[in-house]
Amino acid sequence: MTDISLHRGISVLRIGAMILRYWYLLMSSWPRLLELLYWPALQVITWGFIQYYIAQNASFFARAGGTLIGAVILWDILFRGQLGFSISFLEEMWARNLGNLMMSPLKPIEFLLSLMVMSLIRLAIGVIPMTLLALIFFHFNVYSLGLPLIAFFCNLIFTSWSVGIFVSGLVLRNGLGAESIVWTLMFAIMPLACIYYPVSVLPGWLQYVAWSLPPTYVFEGMRALLIEQTFRTDLMLSALAINVVLLVASFWAFLALLRSAKKNGSLLAGGE
Amino acid sequence: MTENDNASSRPTVADGTSSAAIEVDRLVKLYKQTRAVDGISFSLPRGSITGLLGGNGAGKTTTIAMIMGLVLATSGRVRVLGHRMPEESAAVLGRMNFESPYVDMPMRLTVRQNLTIFGKLYAVKNLTDRIAELADDLDLTEFIDRANGKLSAGQKTRVALAKALINQPELLLLDEPTASLDPDTADWVRAHLERYRRAHNATILLASHNMLEVERLCDRVIIMKRGRVEDDDTPEAILVRYNRTTLEEVFLDVARGRVNGVQEAAR
Repeated sequence: MTDISLHRGISVLRIGAMILRYWYLLMSSWPRLLELLYWPALQVITWGFIQYYIAQNASFFARAGGTLIGAVILWDILFRGQLGFSISFLEEMWARNLGNLMMSPLKPIEFLLSLMVMSLIRLAIGVIPMTLLALIFFHFNVYSLGLPLIAFFCNLIFTSWSVGIFVSGLVLRNGLGAESIVWTLMFAIMPLACIYYPVSVLPGWLQYVAWSLPPTYVFEGMRALLIEQTFRTDLMLSALAINVVLLVASFWAFLALLRSAKKNGSLLAGGE
Repeated sequence: MTENDNASSRPTVADGTSSAAIEVDRLVKLYKQTRAVDGISFSLPRGSITGLLGGNGAGKTTTIAMIMGLVLATSGRVRVLGHRMPEESAAVLGRMNFESPYVDMPMRLTVRQNLTIFGKLYAVKNLTDRIAELADDLDLTEFIDRANGKLSAGQKTRVALAKALINQPELLLLDEPTASLDPDTADWVRAHLERYRRAHNATILLASHNMLEVERLCDRVIIMKRGRVEDDDTPEAILVRYNRTTLEEVFLDVARGRVNGVQEAAR
């Protein structure tokens, strides 16, 4: 991987090599594949039954069919997207392979792009069966959202990559001692992203914080679509604008943390 | 001889005219209060094999890491194959490679898969043929489709060496390449490195604790102690200067601060 100032001449071959590396790993390990399917399936089944129960007892939820289970699926896109990115990165730390990569012609931007592609692949393996379960057991067809689903998905995956890039930088700089951040950081934004309730539920001052997070716009947009049958383009564009800022900021942070790791000598340590 | 005695005669990075494979100029690395590398300078001609000797904490690994661009120097400059590191690393990383006990190859991937991935990262042409050639040269054929994690230490070292040679590097940096190997395998690895150097006129810099290895392989030895270059010459000249018959004895003299077998403090 080159120094941080050099990002010209992105090589598709090198990105492809890294994707192949993670693909080989995934295919060589059934526990890794099972883990991709297990949690999303568990989530959708649990929340599907909760939604089913509430809908029988509350007229609002009967009317707003699918808001809970839809929120669970979209939340999983956000969370699994970040995990898919970060776990591929952690694989390099666990394998003590980072030094080999850093010394190769692989550039940071190529490394990050390969992690993004892997997050999509891992997400597809985990979330597509989840959506089918929702359809079969709870008659909730997330694909019936149509084109808005693409807008929701893109905004959520962009946020997940931003968080993934940032936490990977933290692990790069601080070693595997910072690994727990990978698993928990997304949960810090969970209450603020208003996944299961509208932003108006939050105290006034906290709503400003909530609106600084792109997923808040997506979940508000999803509720507007399912309850009012209105697609809020304005919300999606706002989310996209914030996502662009977040992606640039996270990439900058990653490079700064990489530089700090090189100054600190932690790239060769790689452990705790 | 000390680093300062040699400094005036060595080419420096600043002159920009040297065709050296590696030029290190007044390189310093500070970790908080610790001076891991303390103003070292040396220049390695292309096609040479140089041994970097020194005890634990002498600064060998940090020096190699700075040459590779994995660690940023506090001050001083490094030039590799004519390019400033790390600023121009994109121009040289494809022409060099390394092996170190501080890194591993992915354990779940087979040898062939690992070599395929690194071959693609280094844009190796005719990769299938190159892997077959390396498998033949380094005797990997028997276990080339076995997961790396299921190999013995000796087999893993050969695989790591195959990875280090996948792009036929002009410059090879090796950090203790035969550590934890039995004498037979270690000897085999050394023989291969010698052949590779001869065949490709490659430059090899190796850090080692193994004095026999350095005596056999290296046409130059840089001895480091507490981050400084303690001595820098051919193995023969160093043996004469210290009045010793083996580099191991010289190593002990340097480590224990003795000159010609006499404790420095007692002189």
